[in-house]
Order: sequence, then C-alpha cells, then structure tokens
Amino acid sequence: MTINLSRRSFITTTLTAGGGFALGIGIGETAEAATLSVRPWGDEAARYPGEINAWVVINPDDSVIIRYGRAEMGQGSFTALPQILTEELECDWAFVKPEYASANRNLRDNKVYGSLSTGGSRAVRETGEMVQQAGASARERLIAAAAKRWNVPAQDCVAAMSKVTHKPTGRTFRFGELAAEAAAIKLDKEPAIKTPDAFKFIGQRIARLDVPLKINGTAMYGIDLAVPDMVQAAIMACPVFGGTVKSVDERAIAGRRGNLQVVKLKDAVAVVADRYFRAKAALDALAIEWEVGAAGATDSAQFRKAYIDALDQKGADARHDGNVDAAMPTAAKVIEATYDVPIIAHAPMEPLNAIAHVLPDRVDVWVGTQNADLALTFAAQASGVKPESVFIHNTFSGGGFGRRLRPDEVAQAVAVAKAIGKPVKLIWSREEEIRQGRYRTQAAIRFKAGFAADGTAIALDMRNSAGSSNPQNARNGLDPQTTQGLSNTAYKLPNLRVVSILKNTHVPLGPWRAPGHSQNVFFVESFIDEMAHAVGKDPVALRRELLAHRPDFQRVLDLLVDKGDWGKPMPAGKGRGIAIHDSYDSVVGMIAEVAVANGEVKVERVVIACDCGVVVNPRGVETQLEGGMIYGLSAALFGEITIKNGRVEQGNFDTYPVVRLKDAPKTEVYLTPTAGKKWGGVGEPGATMIQPAVTNAIFAATGKRLRSLPIRGQNLTGAA
Amino acid sequence: MVTIKVNGTSHRLDVENETPLLWVLREEVGLTGTKYGCGIAQCGACTVHVNGQAMRSCAVTIGGLDGAEVTTIEGLSSDSRHPVQQAWLAEQVPQCGYCQSGQIMATAAYLKSNPNPSDADIDANLTNICRCGTYERLRRAVHRAAALMRT
Repeated sequence: MTINLSRRSFITTTLTAGGGFALGIGIGETAEAATLSVRPWGDEAARYPGEINAWVVINPDDSVIIRYGRAEMGQGSFTALPQILTEELECDWAFVKPEYASANRNLRDNKVYGSLSTGGSRAVRETGEMVQQAGASARERLIAAAAKRWNVPAQDCVAAMSKVTHKPTGRTFRFGELAAEAAAIKLDKEPAIKTPDAFKFIGQRIARLDVPLKINGTAMYGIDLAVPDMVQAAIMACPVFGGTVKSVDERAIAGRRGNLQVVKLKDAVAVVADRYFRAKAALDALAIEWEVGAAGATDSAQFRKAYIDALDQKGADARHDGNVDAAMPTAAKVIEATYDVPIIAHAPMEPLNAIAHVLPDRVDVWVGTQNADLALTFAAQASGVKPESVFIHNTFSGGGFGRRLRPDEVAQAVAVAKAIGKPVKLIWSREEEIRQGRYRTQAAIRFKAGFAADGTAIALDMRNSAGSSNPQNARNGLDPQTTQGLSNTAYKLPNLRVVSILKNTHVPLGPWRAPGHSQNVFFVESFIDEMAHAVGKDPVALRRELLAHRPDFQRVLDLLVDKGDWGKPMPAGKGRGIAIHDSYDSVVGMIAEVAVANGEVKVERVVIACDCGVVVNPRGVETQLEGGMIYGLSAALFGEITIKNGRVEQGNFDTYPVVRLKDAPKTEVYLTPTAGKKWGGVGEPGATMIQPAVTNAIFAATGKRLRSLPIRGQNLTGAA
Repeated sequence: MVTIKVNGTSHRLDVENETPLLWVLREEVGLTGTKYGCGIAQCGACTVHVNGQAMRSCAVTIGGLDGAEVTTIEGLSSDSRHPVQQAWLAEQVPQCGYCQSGQIMATAAYLKSNPNPSDADIDANLTNICRCGTYERLRRAVHRAAALMRT
C-alpha cells in the first residue's frame, strides 16, 4: 500500500481529485432549482454539528441537507423526498440538498434510516411520512430555539422560508443561526405531521434537482469516479451460472502494456490494468476453461417445457375464495388457456461497476446501488473486515430496475482489490451485464374460467409455475413475490383460486421492475380479455362487472375510456387494448393503440390513467408511468434471454433489442387521485399493464391472441 | 503518438492505435460525461462530435483521429445554455441521465442537418437507447431545441 494520508484527507482528496470537475451546482432554472452536489455522498469522517436528527442537517449558512436513504437511479425520489421535507420544514427550497444516508451509520446506529434498499416502489410510499416527521420535528425545534432566545412563547413564533419570525414584533432568526441550539432542544412531544389537505409545496410540479447535472456531464455515476492509486479491472464470470474457473492460459497477453495482472476468483477471472480498455482487451484475449457441470447441457426449450409441464404438478394454494372445484362443474361454459413468458434481463444503461479500497481494518466502496445495506454486507464478507468498518459511498445510478438490488459487483471488486492490494475500479462489460443477470423468471400459467348460462363469470382457476428470487425464503411452497398480481388480483368472483408451483433452475433470478406483477399482469389481463370475448362482452364492461366493489378502478376506467377513445371505430389493421391493475398502492390503467401491417406491430399511442392517491410531484408521477411503460414495452416487444449449453446466448443490444424512439408510442398520462388516499408507488406499475394492453390491442386488430412473449418473431397474421 | 483537440484543448496521446476514442476521453483526457453503454455502437451513450459529425466514440479508434477536433458534452457549451441543453432542462428529459449526454450530442448534431424535423424524422434519425423511457419528453425537447435554434 502506498496510501499514507490520513483517512480524512484521503477522502477529501478523492472528492476533489477524482475526475477533475468543479462542483457544478445550481445551474439552470434558479427560481425553481435547489442546489445539488454532483457527488451526493457525505464525508463519513465528518461531524455534523447542525444535525437535528438523522435525517436533516441544517448548516449555519442555512443550507439544508436531507440524508437520503434511497438510491437515485432515475426514479426521481431524490427530488420527491426533499419536496416532502420542505413542506414540513418550511425551509427555502433553494437551500435543500439531498445526500445519501450512510449505510455504515445505519448499521452502527440501530437502523436509524430504516432500510436503505430501494425497491418495491416504496421510496415515497414508505419513507414519505418519516421525512415529513423529520421536517416537522426539525421545524418545531428551530421555533423552540428562537422562542428561547427571545424568551417568548413558542406559539407566538412561526417558521417560513428558512426563517423563524416572532409574530408580535416581526423579529427574525435565520434557520442557520438557530441550528446548533435547535439540536439541543428537547420537545415534550413531537409535532403532528400535516394531512394532505394542508399541503402547499407537495403537489407542485417542481423541477428535478438532478436534471441540471444530467445535461452537461457533471453528474457523477459510480463508473465516473476515481480514487488515488486506483487501477482498473475487467471481469468475466463463468458463463454457465454456478460454474467455476478451471484454468487460465495467460500466454496470449504476455508482454502487453498496462501492468496487467490476472486475478482468479472461484467463479470469475479478472484482469487488472492501468486503464480499463487495456484490462478489457486482455480479458478478451485470455483462454479460460470453465468447470460447468451438468448445467452446461441445458437450454431454453427444455426450461420452457419444464415450466409448462410443472403446471400439472401439485402446488400450494396462494389464495382460494369459495370452492373452485365445486363450482367449475356447474358452469354452462368453461374456457381454458395456457400462457408463458421467457426470462429477461434488466439492461440498465450503466453496466454494473464498483470501486473498492480495502485496508486491513477498513473497506471503502463507491458504487451506485439500490441496496447499500446489502452492499455493505457483501463487502464485509468478501474482505473479512468487520461490517462496522465498511463504508459504502452510494452514487447516482445509471438505471437499476431491480438489478442493482443485488450488488454482485461489490463482492467482486472487494475480492479483486484485496487480492492485488490496491484500490480497484471494476467495470462489467455490457456482455457481462446481459449474461450475468438476475433475471426475471421464466413462468407459465394455466387459466380456467367458468360462466353461468347468462354469461356471468362464476369461477376462475389459475395454476402458476415460476421461479423464486430467493428459494430459501419460500414458506409452505409459496414465495409471495411470484404470485404478486395473481393472489392479490382485484377481480372478484365467487370462486377464485391461485395455485403456485415454485420451480427454479440454475439460472439466477431477481426482481425485475414490478417483480411478479410484470409477468402476472400480462397473464391475467390477457385472460380477462379472453373471458370477455368468450361471452360476447366488451373488455371494459367485464372489468367493470368484476371490479364493481372498487370505485377507484371504476374512476380510472372512466378516465381511460374517455381519454383513450375506447369504443370509437378504428380502421382495418388497427386496434385498442386495455389493461388495469392495482400494485404498490396505485391503480393504473392503460389503453394501447396498435397498427399491424405485414406481420409487424407498431404501438402508436398509449393513454395512461392513474390513481396513486396523494401526488407529491405530478411530473414525477407522469415520467415514472411513461418510463415504466416503455420499460415494459421493451419486454413485450423484444424481451427474451435464451439459454444454450447452460449459458446466455444474447450479449448486447444487437441481440437483446430494446425500445428506441421509433418504437415509442405517443403517450398521455392522466391522474385521478382518490382524495385522502395515502401516496402510492409509481416507479414500477407502468411496466406491467402495457404488456397485455398491447397484446389485447393486437387481438382487436387481428383476431390473433398472443399467449407468449415477446411479440417479435410471432406470426401476427391469421386468427388464433 | 496521436494528437487530438478536445473541446478546444490539444492532447498528445500515448495510447495504442486500436484504443476506442471513448476510453481515451474517459481515461486519458479525464472527461467522464461521455458514457460507456455497449461498446459496439448500438446504444449511443458515448456519442461525441468528431470534426462536427456525431459519432459513437466506443467504435471509433484513436489511430485514425490524428488532428481531429472532438467535442464532448462538457464542451457543447460553457454554461449549459446550448439550445439542446435548454430544451432538455425545460422538458425535464433526464431520469437516470446516463444516456443523456449521448442523446444531447446526437440531437445537437442532427439539428444542424435538419433544423425543422418532423416526428418521423426524429424517430428515424435519433436512434440512441434510453432505458428509463424518456422518449416522449425527448421527442418534445428535440422540437423545442429546433425552435430555439431557428430563432
């Protein structure tokens, strides 16, 4: 080791030297824009004298730091949560700056920030009220500190725009002047937080804090950072999941430039060099032999058959209303259908990467992660350093979508850094990202629906086979995630059953934006369409019938039908499809309009309606629904990872295509929040219902029912 | 030895000829606004201007660039007030933002060749990938930038 600076100065040096950029702050719409650091992580060694509680820091210069417990990977809660804080704190928006909460402190300080995992569309949903409380508690302490200084009753003082004013005299103190005293104030009881009817700042179309940094290249992602004496690493794990390194022939890279060093891990080979491009080129040139075992003989056709065959196996009831076995034989009409989907990858724009600096008694990791707590655990395990001495510096993430919930790259970076005794930046290639995913599961489902003679749906039976992201956590044959969207379906029938059959292969699985829902909503919303057509009902009419008990759904349907021109005639070859679902406390519906010509589908227009309760930032909700829709559309149109000889066949965007501008429909979003309903999540729902909305529209246009995804490669001509 | 000018500053580079421009910019010049997304000219996250033309820098090797003038996102404007940047800000396009340097550079170059594009023109000519799905706003921002550039 050559680093002999003190830890504090090391980090300080890092922050100024890495990349060589000035801290570009506050560029742009100044009236709206608060300031934001391009490097939103704190100095772990620093003390925070103005800290009023773990969530809020008010500095003498009036700047307000909100310690942000969630990742910013594009979803915008880096703006939404400060917006919530500002509502309660009564501070000037221009002074608010979010920073990542410290995973190390979270560990040592009894989970003071709660969970730092960012998934389940819960940044606002689950953290919002804590942030509200933090803001309110901070505000009341500032008021109490001012009242004490003036020796006046606190109720005569009011906080607004980062000042406390004594109403009778008009005297004021800035928040910054009061911060240190406020930190010492003990309140008899914590103040109540505002109810939505009192919101002034929440609900406004505030500009995102991070956008100014993301239009000029200054926003720093993990892949952009540098620390002193850092070297670069490229890595390849065994392409057959679960396999190990057998041998590495290094002759091909002998004599190459770049101080190359090969590091063999149990299941991966890394090449370290002075530059990433040299490390990557050398890795590509190595001859690596892998020990792959029996998994090396598997392929997708086998897996698809296995998941469909599994539907005949005994499963576990995830839900059973009424008695399906008794009701089904009494039906005047019964329809059946089997659906399935392949595994798919996340493909965030920024491939996984991490910087690790491992000392005997301390580990630092810089990484854009959705799960800083787990990153800390992985780093501790990989280094052997105790968790209390591991520091995770979370950065902006170039997308996550669930992939960054499992920080495999952190474990690797720490292992490589430890092996070579230098700080390492480890970057996955795009191919590695596609081939070492934590994929959405392969899944299949068999539906059976029974109708009375008058066409009333009386029974719905679903048998689902899917893999669990965490098979060891399954209980009684059930993993709640695999039946999301099935077991909690809002459709009400007197007899309804969901049977779950869990099935895993050697392919590692993980949550993909709206896990469970993302395939199950395709299944259910497609089959509901089939049920409507089977008894000659309009797809909206049947949904209204089966959702009669849900006024929120009815209202979303009203809006959709109106804005989406449901029922209006369309020319030949075009069609509309609808889908609606309740997930993450938000009801979202979509109508897709498609045109099918020469066997090719073009999604021309998508209308989205949403009831997510209280809206923190309308534009934030709109962009998440739009973006989620596009993400799901990629899966519907193109998403397919195939396995051959146990390994992923795709490797990049040429073989794993995703939606581009030419594929992106015109999109409209309409909100219809239920008054008084708590805020729902919006990061994930959009990714689900677009898939059936499009296939239902294809059915309307062509009479062809698609029961598998992706759409690409399927015959769209001729009736099903 | 290859010499290129990046955002107006000359850099004499001692790297192998086959090194992609992307990594020269990121690791030798130290400008990280240009992003690695795919390495095979598929996604466009690495788009920069080479002698005024938009190019995917991951697939351009440095050996052929002696004397070239390169503009990156950092050099597009000194104050983030290039019309495309203004339009991106006004329409609030970025989400994760990782692809947006490339989107902005591709758009800035395209609008020079077609100052008043239709939606169909935009869809056919701007082919960079955005996984957050910012396309609706991006399309609007391209029109806004075009209008700003015409005035």
